[in-house]
Amino acid sequence: MSTVEVPPTKHVGQSLRRKEDPRLITGRATYVDDLALPGMLHAAVVRSPEAHARVVAIDASAALARPGIKAVYTGEDMSDLLAPLPMAWAPPGVEIKTPERWPLVRGHVRHMGDAVALVIGDDKYVVVDAAADVEVEYESLPVVIDVEQALKDEVLVHASLGTNKTHEWSMGGGGDIEQALAASDVVVQRRIVNHRTAGAAMEPRGCIAEYRAGALTVWSSTQVPHLLRLFYAVQMGISEDKVRVIAPEVGGGFGGKLQVCAEETMCAWASRKLGRPVKWIETRSENMAVSHHGRDQVDYVRMGATADGKITAFHAKIIQDLGAYFGLLTPMIPELGAFVMTGCYAIPVVQTDIVGVLTNKFFTDAIRGAGRPEMTHMLEVMIDQLAEELGIDPIELRRRNFIAPEQFPYETPYGITYDSGNYEAALDRALEIVDMEAFRAEQADLRSRGVLRGIGFSTYTEICGLAPSRAVGPSGFGLGIGLYESALVRVHPTGSVTVYTGASPHGQGHETGFAQIVADRVGTDPSVVEIVHGDTATGPMGLGTYGSRSLSVGGVAVAHAAEKIAQKAREIVAHNLEADPADIEVRDGRFSLKGDPDQGMTLAEVAGCAYVDATKMPEGMELGLEQALIYDPSNFVFPFGTHVCVVDVDPETGKVEVVRWVAVDDCGPAVNPMLIDGQVHGGIVHGIGQAIYEQVVYDERGQLVTGTFVDYALPTTMEVPSFETDRTETKSPSNSLGVKGIGEAGTIAATPAIVNAVIDALRHEGISFIDMPLTPLRVWQALEQARGDGNGPRDSEQGASLPAQGEGSAGSGPTIPEGGRS
Amino acid sequence: MGATVALQVTVNGESHDSEVPARMLLVHYLRDELGLTGTHVGCDTSNCGACTCLVDGESAKSCTVLAVQCDGAQITTIEGMAGPDGELHALQEGFWAEHGLQCGYCTPGMIMAAADLLERRTADGPISEQEVRKGLEGNLCRCTGYHNIVKAVQAAAEASREVAA
Repeated sequence: MSTVEVPPTKHVGQSLRRKEDPRLITGRATYVDDLALPGMLHAAVVRSPEAHARVVAIDASAALARPGIKAVYTGEDMSDLLAPLPMAWAPPGVEIKTPERWPLVRGHVRHMGDAVALVIGDDKYVVVDAAADVEVEYESLPVVIDVEQALKDEVLVHASLGTNKTHEWSMGGGGDIEQALAASDVVVQRRIVNHRTAGAAMEPRGCIAEYRAGALTVWSSTQVPHLLRLFYAVQMGISEDKVRVIAPEVGGGFGGKLQVCAEETMCAWASRKLGRPVKWIETRSENMAVSHHGRDQVDYVRMGATADGKITAFHAKIIQDLGAYFGLLTPMIPELGAFVMTGCYAIPVVQTDIVGVLTNKFFTDAIRGAGRPEMTHMLEVMIDQLAEELGIDPIELRRRNFIAPEQFPYETPYGITYDSGNYEAALDRALEIVDMEAFRAEQADLRSRGVLRGIGFSTYTEICGLAPSRAVGPSGFGLGIGLYESALVRVHPTGSVTVYTGASPHGQGHETGFAQIVADRVGTDPSVVEIVHGDTATGPMGLGTYGSRSLSVGGVAVAHAAEKIAQKAREIVAHNLEADPADIEVRDGRFSLKGDPDQGMTLAEVAGCAYVDATKMPEGMELGLEQALIYDPSNFVFPFGTHVCVVDVDPETGKVEVVRWVAVDDCGPAVNPMLIDGQVHGGIVHGIGQAIYEQVVYDERGQLVTGTFVDYALPTTMEVPSFETDRTETKSPSNSLGVKGIGEAGTIAATPAIVNAVIDALRHEGISFIDMPLTPLRVWQALEQARGDGNGPRDSEQGASLPAQGEGSAGSGPTIPEGGRS
Repeated sequence: MGATVALQVTVNGESHDSEVPARMLLVHYLRDELGLTGTHVGCDTSNCGACTCLVDGESAKSCTVLAVQCDGAQITTIEGMAGPDGELHALQEGFWAEHGLQCGYCTPGMIMAAADLLERRTADGPISEQEVRKGLEGNLCRCTGYHNIVKAVQAAAEASREVAA
């Protein structure tokens, strides 16, 4: 950690207005589709209407005959690409059968929307016309959509692999799981379906690729510009120094832009072929079909406990629906969740068994939370299920199992060391806000008047701050690269500051938060600290923004670089004042002598010494005032908190409405509380969306049913409440700022709180378990079934429209058969 | 692109005479012909509202309007909201002050829809949360959870009331 004394903060901790906003609220920001280059061509992709087929023939003659069409390319044309699209996880000792994925298919399509041909022309309307003119003859093949059906290998997604099962990955800790469960007083088992969702950033993906004079520049709506540079160099056989990737303004990511996208490689290849820039902008229909999806796993979970409510064992068997190929991190997603399988609880014996299965759907990958929402959902739903089984209040059950504050740093049975936590404090604060006694009285009163109100809790912790490079890199967990972060702080001769960060924001507010951190350390104002990001030509290697890593890795890198600048400035000031550097402090926006603040220099004066008048520099000191470094965290960080959801369920229609939400989160000391609240609000709504409204649905033939925002229900203003947020602050010992992450916490916490609330509302109706999405149909069916009034699930009527995934989970009762259907 | 059609529109106070393909969408006319890229495309199905601008004073989703339908119309886009000296519109100020945006992609459409909402409002007194939510139901945001957008519009309405009073 840094040895430099950190000055009393002034800007850190303040809800500073965002530096990003003036350009965004006036329409002056530049997203990728706002750019146009001289001679630029447009691209459209011909996509498969079939979910599984052999491509017999492609006839592009009609398309090529259209005026303005320059070329139509197929997979065979791009056979000079040097590497397929990457999957970046190779865990030592685990065999993963990785299906090859090329930007354009080579002979077979394996999901609806698979890319068959690329049409290039000089007008964006005409390329769409021409794409429709490309005639593709398909020979249909059998399709497998349901993940548990796929596990039987009756229909193979990739015949060459010989199986749909790509890998198995297991981790156990603390003892033998079967023995521990057998020795438990009670064991609760459930089958929990965590259904497929979409990232759905408001800005779809897009790029412009320009290959000119042996160098490639790609403007991409991405979260990971440096990783793209690396992969373009490998795929195209271009020296990495000749590749530049620029992430301009990026309109949201949520993991969906943590990807090496087929279309971008196609455009880069086509630009090199044609000698002109090529632009591709994703339509929303494409975004729903071929921007990676998230979640999608079937979980068989068992939780054992003593009669007095001490959890003894927790086992999860996860069947992950991979889709038809791997994206950058596809098979790794559930594993990330496994690392926090014990959540906030001292569970002595745990076991996670993951099996990855291919289906004829688009691939899943990291979407906000990435594995942790799924695991937290299982755990927090199971806590409530166990509480019901034991007849213990679910809040009390949580308390009996919390890891106590004095137990930190706490090593879990998986050997993960939780940095810090005070789970009871967050829960207590939430309960103060909620007032359970008042709630139960209100609930009873409403119930007497036919309104079914329920309350649900989720006390979560998660793992973020990705990541200690030794732990996660090729020789550790098996990622293709370490997840350090870079910073470059450059003080200009006039004293203003430019900071380059390898983090690559897309709405989070780095330009503001990082400026606050730097300003405090070098004695200046955030308004003259410019944060530059998202251009590989501007700063050192960076790893981008995802996994709630930007502040606790990228922000700490920036802080350390600024502290080194401050140390050099102290030495320069001390030299000029003929004082000891140890006696120089940052105070009131300048470097001044302790005890005699009139004596001192501003940062501009220090920069004047460093750049303008070398005689004012200490003997032997290098000129200039600039510092670059890479920070590699020593551990992950583990934010935590308590989320409380209150719902009303309409007994006639099954409609669930979230009427109140209390969130107490702990992400360490706040840099900018306003930004934290914003992340929490958005994160919760992402979770509400999944729990009640959103689901990516394919029919049994592999046709995407939810292909637009007409069919895929993102929550609007009318589906969500305003939020009551508060924070506790528990420092992380893992970094010098003491900070944790907050970008995904709301999403990780949210879904079990909603499910638990709905069950609380319906338990007296005889419903003790129900799965997401809590659509009116599913809730209504559960009510009908529980009431046993003969209406049943009505499989032949509304039930027919229930998607295959999650089917039958409505009202599926308290237990499941051993081993489930697998 | 087929036949072109003569089009006269006034955008943010400036008159334009153009020849445009009959099928050109208003949003593409604004973005590609006039360079007003503050109006965004988010969904193509008029669900998300990122493309919202004002046509003759009423909010319209410009991804679902043909440019030629607007012949003779007065159009206001996000670029036309600030004053001549760059002073921010009350809604722009509200969104900034209340952290009503994150990635900013939906923001121009949100601000234009909110402008229409406040313009059409006849009731006196502070605007309620529910009124704002109902008024912005046609605009999607994936970042903010809407909480601060609602506050931003309420703040703007309050600031405008104070100016008017």
